Amino acid sequence: MAQTELNVPRGSAPDDDSILVRVENVVKHFPVKAGGFISHTVGHVHAVDDVSLVIERGKTLGLVGETGSGKSTLARCVAGLIPVTSGRVLFNGTDITKLSRGQMRPLRREVQMIFQDPYSSLNPRRRVGSIISEPFAIHKTATGAERKRQVQELMERVGLNPEHYNRFPAEFSGGQRQRIGVARALALRPKLIICDEPVSALDVSIQAQVLNLLSDLQQEYGLSYLFIAHDLEVVRHVSDKVAVMYLGRIGEAAPAEDLYDKPRHPYTVALLSAAPAADPDTAAARQRVILVGDVPSPIDPPAGCRFHPRCPKAQEVCSKVEPALVPDNARPQSQDDAGQRAAETSQSATAVPGGWAHVTACHFPVVPGESLAAAGAAKGDVA
Amino acid sequence: MTLLEVKDLRVSFPTADGLVQAVRGVSFDVEPGQTLGIVGESGSGKTVLTQTLLGLTPGAEVGGSALFEGTDLLQLTEDQLRHVRGERISVIFQDPLTSLHPLYRIGWQISEMIRAHDKSVSKAEAKTRSIELLRRVGIPKPETRVDDYPHQFSGGMRQRAMIAMALSLEPKLIIADEPTTALDATVQAQILDLLLRLQQDLGTALIMITHDLGVVADIADEVMVMYAGRAAERAPKRDIFYAAHHPYTKGLLESIPSSKASGGRLKPIPGQPPSLINLPSGCKFHPRCGYVFDHCLTEEPVLHPVAETGSHTSACWLPANAAGLSAEAEELRERVVQAERGQEAAEVVAAAFAGLAGAERPGVTGLAGEAGSGAAADNEGSVA
Amino acid sequence: MTISNLTEAGFEAQQAAEGQETAGRVEGRTQWQLTWRRLRGDKVSVIALAVIVIMVILAIAAPAFAAITGHGVNTSYPNTGENAYGNPVGPGVNGFFLGTDSTGRDVFVRILYGARISLFVGVVSTAIATVLGVVIGLMAGYFGGFIDTVLARLTDAVLAFPYVILAIALAVVFGPSLTVIMVMVTFFSWAGIARIVRGQTLSIKEKEYIEAARSLGAGPFRIMFLDILPNLLAPVLVIATLLIPNAIVFEATLSFLGLGIQPPTPSWGNMLADASNSYQVAWWYLAFPALFLLITTLAFNLLGDGIRDAMDPRTERLLAARRMRKQRAKARKNATQSGVGPGQAIPDTVNG
Repeated sequence: MAQTELNVPRGSAPDDDSILVRVENVVKHFPVKAGGFISHTVGHVHAVDDVSLVIERGKTLGLVGETGSGKSTLARCVAGLIPVTSGRVLFNGTDITKLSRGQMRPLRREVQMIFQDPYSSLNPRRRVGSIISEPFAIHKTATGAERKRQVQELMERVGLNPEHYNRFPAEFSGGQRQRIGVARALALRPKLIICDEPVSALDVSIQAQVLNLLSDLQQEYGLSYLFIAHDLEVVRHVSDKVAVMYLGRIGEAAPAEDLYDKPRHPYTVALLSAAPAADPDTAAARQRVILVGDVPSPIDPPAGCRFHPRCPKAQEVCSKVEPALVPDNARPQSQDDAGQRAAETSQSATAVPGGWAHVTACHFPVVPGESLAAAGAAKGDVA
Repeated sequence: MTLLEVKDLRVSFPTADGLVQAVRGVSFDVEPGQTLGIVGESGSGKTVLTQTLLGLTPGAEVGGSALFEGTDLLQLTEDQLRHVRGERISVIFQDPLTSLHPLYRIGWQISEMIRAHDKSVSKAEAKTRSIELLRRVGIPKPETRVDDYPHQFSGGMRQRAMIAMALSLEPKLIIADEPTTALDATVQAQILDLLLRLQQDLGTALIMITHDLGVVADIADEVMVMYAGRAAERAPKRDIFYAAHHPYTKGLLESIPSSKASGGRLKPIPGQPPSLINLPSGCKFHPRCGYVFDHCLTEEPVLHPVAETGSHTSACWLPANAAGLSAEAEELRERVVQAERGQEAAEVVAAAFAGLAGAERPGVTGLAGEAGSGAAADNEGSVA
Repeated sequence: MTISNLTEAGFEAQQAAEGQETAGRVEGRTQWQLTWRRLRGDKVSVIALAVIVIMVILAIAAPAFAAITGHGVNTSYPNTGENAYGNPVGPGVNGFFLGTDSTGRDVFVRILYGARISLFVGVVSTAIATVLGVVIGLMAGYFGGFIDTVLARLTDAVLAFPYVILAIALAVVFGPSLTVIMVMVTFFSWAGIARIVRGQTLSIKEKEYIEAARSLGAGPFRIMFLDILPNLLAPVLVIATLLIPNAIVFEATLSFLGLGIQPPTPSWGNMLADASNSYQVAWWYLAFPALFLLITTLAFNLLGDGIRDAMDPRTERLLAARRMRKQRAKARKNATQSGVGPGQAIPDTVNG
């Protein structure tokens, strides 16, 4: 299987030492069952379809996508919470997809998660102290008074009052509950924290507090983050590298500033233009790319490029041939060898998302200065 | 004439622990065809406010008045309100999955709405109108989709169906309560675009309730920022974004991650929103405000104009020209914002000012002597 | 029967308020403390609880009452206990508080001893059944798959089984006794709990905090008993409290049919059976055991309902609204403007 090390331009993929997590060609399909007494599988939800990426030590990889993009599923595959259909997830060199539950357990100390909903990610019947000390209890690392001390230290570090050790989650606000979740994730000093939309459910003024906290903790403890969100501005703020997912595949990936300044994939452009900007002048001046239709279902993804039914630049080849995720200099120069190149490289990346190269999976990437809104209008679409 | 005139609206809920004062005296106007954006976070009272207008808060104690085309909505009986709802004022809710009936077809629900208000319309006619409405809101193949159930629609399409329902009787006013919060960004853009176009076509007034300043930047004419049950600031859109006066508004704007403040730390508002049962004294924002001074703790400010035009009002004791504050005050504010770990702004200020007399405090001297600012001149040593 | 007169918006406002109202407290108020507080305010529940407590005391003190009246539980008193025609004497006659039965025994003393049986069977069987049902329901709900299929079908089978037939069969095979009754009552009670617990487990299992526990590396048993179980205790408590009267009646039924406690040991059931032959001459022999049975089961039922309401936070609003209205009326009568409500510090006119 063509692998990531081939044809890699210098400096586009990080070297092995600095990589904490390596996701290789992960596929996750959920079977759709039908039938009454004897159920059979009628189809599959293609939640994640051949995704590869890397997460560097001490850095944040942002994962952006809408409903059905598969970002949450991918996150859970990386966390080892759900088994993958195929592919590998290497954590510090160990393939976690092959481990049994018992072997996985010590690794759980290294990978933790923060969830989206502060109201349902904490057990309402347990006291906060008990919730945060759960990791210590499970992995038997500290007991009794020492455990309590460590928990209170954690509470203080995340900005909670340690005296509230015996309170219930219901007595805290949303932002504070999210801090409890952070404290719980931090307890065993993991190397990687997967943040699944950690601030989406919070008020704006509290979001900033939690984001600052996450950023401080990263610097203090050298944490790596896999940061999933749908809010582009939030992702831009916290991420070093960003990958954009659409219907189970990565459409584009680049260092954060590159992605926002020079987006190539039409979906990324649309996403950026759709994000509400808290600035009337920007909002008025921005050319809105309004996409046609809704996000299609991952049960029956479109052929060829998955985005082609909604893409203002789509042409015939887009409905036939799936574009490869390649850096710009590896892009085919003409239409003729487009098909050939695509067949050669297929979907395995020649440069890895999460690395330094700006990779895009598109036959006709957007060039700087091009107006997608005009292209869309030319196609005669109606929002 | 003014379409909706709300004066001093007050809503409270009795509970075991005390009276929850959800809305504490809010007044605003909406002109025909205008879009008012109401911005607020949780606990600001924005949803209770609009629900009360339509009598959707049973069990609440309501005060004040809300004149819609001359009639006080708060005095109407349930029967009379039913005539208003849908026909003259429509509501679009946040989650269309729960606000559309799951067991009835979409077309039926829209037709039902039309026929409930006008008995003379036949079923066939109502259905034709439903199909037309679905087409207007951009649902493809409306003739077939009119017979679908809500769960067969995607999130964006359901919201369009809700908009179709809201428009079916061509109301004068639409209240949209966070209509795009549950939607993806690209779909959100579509829905907002649609609302804007329809509003322009039909001349409907729109009250858009949201916590997202970006949405408001796009479609509102005027913006009202709410905090702890009251209006903190009200102004035309550009004034709110480019000349915000109230520290809460400024804090909101600054805490949003945006391209202007890339990297580094964000500037959140310290602390959290107050309990609606045990509200702080004086200005309800003062525990989180970096500009707090003595008068803020004793007396709650009312909305007063902070610009010559009179259309920009703010409920804050700071003078209209806040640039009159001294450099020390700004520095203190920076410190307050940085000390966000649970400490209240007032504590930081108090600690910083411990031992100083009123006149020596930064910021206070900058205020004294500002004529006609609305700030109290009596702010020296007025609080022990 | 839940009454909600607040919209979701109002409810959320209240939740937000409640969440921050606890400033200054270090210990959190547990669900049980809140439930107890609400229960205390419900007059019916309080009376029901009092009745149950009294019944328990009476049952425990049965020998004391036997001593006070001087009548043994199984001793016949033909001289004082029967009148000239050989029929039982009525209540209050000759020192028999509630009269005598067909063989001249003290009805009151026998009722108290019968209460011991009833309460013992009722509470203990239900307790065992609850533990069994919770464990089975948890495992079925959490593990799913094959285990769930087996356990769920087992539960259904037990629920569908006609218990009287089995009771008769067991009584014939093993001979009627207290142990047989307890086994049967337990056997037929656990399935109802298991079904409810399984349903609740299925829905709780999907919550994010369970996923969080898994991501921390918690094993299934830890999750089941430390994370899911505390969230189940509320409905389980209600169901268990409502199951107790079922168990009591079950025992009474079996004894009535002759399949349970055998005479001369008194049980409300076999007393009723005996009384059905002689009620024309001794109405009290039928009435009083029946009355005690009725009061006991009614008390448990009302208590169970009361607990269910007390655990539902929405009931609070109705009570609060009532309380607030009463206080307003009082304040108006006192002709002061001093405001309303316990925790309120702000007058309801807008402060300029």
